[in-house]
Amino acid sequence: MSELLDAQSVRKSFGRTEALRGASLSVAAGEVVAITGPSGSGKSTLLLCAAGVLRPESGRVTYDGHLLDDLDEADRSRLRRRDFGLVLQFGQLVPELTAAQNVALPLLLDRHDKAESFTAARGWLERLDALDLADARPGEMSGGESQRVAIARALVSGPRVIFADEPTGALDTVNSERVLQVLLEVARETSASLVIVTHENRVAAAADREVVLRDGCNEQRVDA
Amino acid sequence: MAVGHVLLGILDQGPAHGYDLKRIHDERFPSAKPLAFGQVYTTLAKLAKDDLVEVAETHQGGGPERTTYAITAAGIESLRAWLATTESAGPYPADELVRKTVTSLLRGTDTTAFLQRQRNTHLAVMRDLVAAQSEASSAAASIEIDHTIFHLDADLRWLETAAERVAADRTRTA
Repeated sequence: MSELLDAQSVRKSFGRTEALRGASLSVAAGEVVAITGPSGSGKSTLLLCAAGVLRPESGRVTYDGHLLDDLDEADRSRLRRRDFGLVLQFGQLVPELTAAQNVALPLLLDRHDKAESFTAARGWLERLDALDLADARPGEMSGGESQRVAIARALVSGPRVIFADEPTGALDTVNSERVLQVLLEVARETSASLVIVTHENRVAAAADREVVLRDGCNEQRVDA
Repeated sequence: MAVGHVLLGILDQGPAHGYDLKRIHDERFPSAKPLAFGQVYTTLAKLAKDDLVEVAETHQGGGPERTTYAITAAGIESLRAWLATTESAGPYPADELVRKTVTSLLRGTDTTAFLQRQRNTHLAVMRDLVAAQSEASSAAASIEIDHTIFHLDADLRWLETAAERVAADRTRTA
């Protein structure tokens, strides 16, 4: 597998708090990587830096050989819409929009044809067993349902990398298992890479590889 | 008398002979130690002595004699009582893993390295179980796998906490 995404020696602070102190993450095409570690170790910050959502203060993040720092905000946005899919813990759907509108949003923002966008959105909702929610708004959905819609939204543009930040953290075991299964299946089917932040061991166990953070740095690992 | 009641639970669904009882037990509880034939026949003899099972049929074919057992009314009552009784929660005595970690820590061995290797070992087993879970064909099979996954998960969380405590202790004493 060739390396698709590479974040090296990333530092990032929020005020006086150093969230990342030189953490690194590399992900090969089609690889499933779990980022684990104690609370406050910088897992989510590393994921958001790698996804181009946050700009690190130092270090370098490259995607498909291109330095993210070289891209202006418009190019970064385009990259996030087209090549990256982002799934967060609580779905973060737009509350005023229906499930179908939420899922179609990345395509509409990317100026795709409206009818085609909604056809694709409904297709993904169906794939995620959530087509009956197409006209429901986030307030009318359960946690598991919102998360499946959020996954459909992350996948609708055919991303090469899916970033998931505690996607099952707010779900019960059965829903968590279902969401994880869907993410893994889609990643496998589309040969997308999956980077998943988690504190759940069963999620970490489903990954090809585990990257452990502690105090904003990669934990020194011993040989298995 | 757990094995006895598990066998009663199988016989409650219809008469069976010793070989079938062993096979069904091992299929239902893949994470449990497989039943030895000797244990099956010893248990059946005790259940018969207590009038909880009875011989339904003895078949003498070309091979060895084969006895089919059936559950009795007293057996059904005993099974119901067993199913209605809750199990005690713990105690959970320190196992080899706990003893090894504490000994390693007190001796000054590299406990962090040991805990990481142990986590890798646990995660590898968890990986197989998660894969098995995704292919489980029934609620009963899923529940059986869940039980092992949750116990492994408890061990993994204990390993993580132990690693954090070791790291904090090292910082404090540095």
